[in-house]
Amino acid sequence: MDKVFTSGNHCIAEAAIRAGCRCYFGYPITPQNELGEYMAANMRKVGGVFLQSESETAAINMVIGAASTGTRVMTSSSSPGVSLKQEGLSFLAGFEFPAVIVNMMRGGPGLGNIAPAQGDYFQSTRGGGHGDYRTPVLAPASVQELADLTVKAFELADTYRTPILLLGDGMMGQMKEPVVFPKPITDLPEKPWALKGRGEGASRYQASLILDGLAMERHNWKLVRKYKEMAEKETLCELYMMDDADFAVVAYGTTARIAKGAIKRARKEGFKVGLVRPVTLFPFPDKILQKVAYQVKNFLVFEMSTGQMLEDVKLALGGNQVEVEFHGRPGGVIPTPIEFSRVIHRYYRRMLK
Amino acid sequence: MELINNWPKYYKKDVVSHYCPGCGHGIVHRIVAELLEEMDLGKQAYLVCPAGCAVLAYNYFDFDVIESAHGRGTAIATGAKRAKPGLFVISYQGDGDLSAIGTAETIHSANRGENICVVFINNAVYGMTGGQMAPTSLIGQSTTTSPVGRNPEVDGYPLHITDVVANFPGVTYAERVSVSSPAAIKKTKKAIRNAFQTQVEGLGYSIVEVLSPCPTNWKMTPVQSCKWIDEEMVKEYKPGLLTDRREERRKEKS
Repeated sequence: MDKVFTSGNHCIAEAAIRAGCRCYFGYPITPQNELGEYMAANMRKVGGVFLQSESETAAINMVIGAASTGTRVMTSSSSPGVSLKQEGLSFLAGFEFPAVIVNMMRGGPGLGNIAPAQGDYFQSTRGGGHGDYRTPVLAPASVQELADLTVKAFELADTYRTPILLLGDGMMGQMKEPVVFPKPITDLPEKPWALKGRGEGASRYQASLILDGLAMERHNWKLVRKYKEMAEKETLCELYMMDDADFAVVAYGTTARIAKGAIKRARKEGFKVGLVRPVTLFPFPDKILQKVAYQVKNFLVFEMSTGQMLEDVKLALGGNQVEVEFHGRPGGVIPTPIEFSRVIHRYYRRMLK
Repeated sequence: MELINNWPKYYKKDVVSHYCPGCGHGIVHRIVAELLEEMDLGKQAYLVCPAGCAVLAYNYFDFDVIESAHGRGTAIATGAKRAKPGLFVISYQGDGDLSAIGTAETIHSANRGENICVVFINNAVYGMTGGQMAPTSLIGQSTTTSPVGRNPEVDGYPLHITDVVANFPGVTYAERVSVSSPAAIKKTKKAIRNAFQTQVEGLGYSIVEVLSPCPTNWKMTPVQSCKWIDEEMVKEYKPGLLTDRREERRKEKS
């Protein structure tokens, strides 16, 4: 397969179709409209379903309907739209239905703006909707990774029977990079739990209503066991220039890219700085951070928010004698590598004192 | 002697109904189960039950059933039918579900002419939550949230959602019926049969609104409830065929 030059939003759509996604339901919202438009142009070519819904709420419930039949299904949106989808996300988690939900984050709260931001980290990693559940979150940092993690998202969703969030931002969606797409998946295993009509067999039903308290409690713990298994087997994290580092930046997605540029600058000054980039935000790579903490005592968390992943970093490193500093640019401001290298400079100098 | 009224094949045996005495759900459930058997649709049936009294419908129906969030039945039905057009998809909803919190889903699934059947139970009250005012409550009707009777000045007017969607070109079949008497029940079965047939032939969206008694929340006996439907409810919601575009659609298809 040759390299193609494509934007993040188109890339997700193409990768999803190749991953066997055959239903897409969505509602227009900037900055991810190109994703739905690509689906409109290409999904029907492979015999799939594209439907522009009347609302985000309807879209996520259409996702539930398609997922219940065992079909690989996706919806995408941006921050305010994802808020509207939270009801459905809670139901997907309760039903244990696989689905992929893309959030190309923008500035908020409220309507906010349409510039890239990372303010939905809490909503994404904490569950977002009502009830005792979490959504696993994948956070790509390049267009190639958007393709790879979109495929991975569908695999994880099916394996663990859970909704998976693919968390990017406006910049991830809009930027263009060369991509090598994976080969289209043609054969997918049967989902024995899916509702396909009872046929000659026994009837089945799918419900998230569990009126008995003890049974509901068992269900809650079952979900927790699933998340724990995912934490053991599926946690992803990139370590960049960490071999000799004595100072670690922690950043994901767009900010991780900016951090890499800043780290290269800092390295030129002789600062031994590296990057810890969580690729799965839930499960969070806390064990990897703890290992890093044997080597590094100074951490700098960098987010396009007022400090959300910061809390996970602090929770992960709570038992260690380390310094955790924070630099945030919320609201749709994209910091430059130069700006961030100055921040690294400041904290690195302080460490040396 | 021959038993002519058999237990429906697609209705579970040995289950105790949770519906109140005199409730209309049981009658409509039975009609749905009977028709799926008579029309040989049970094997591919997929029913969406609502948040509301009928949320536990899967305890009774012996075919594939999914539950929906409050009001989202036709969105789930849309997703399932689009994903697997071979399924026979029914959305079973109450008045709060379909005409309050799910109004957008109702309107747009109808407007898209989704090839699904909607069975709409209108009992003019929120049943499961204990008798609050519904969009379909009658003017003057006393409920727990309209204790002195529904006053249009503050509560607005009864919503005729089936009449609204019946005007959409995407809606192939719409009828309003009741279950207040044996004769009315027969008409209900005929209407739901027509609705089912609409989907079987791929003719588009169908909806049957059933005026249905809720003796518990109306604070009436079952007999009084049926009388109230016949004397009061039908004045606001006149039973009858609202739209039938089946012939038109058949011609378009052929």
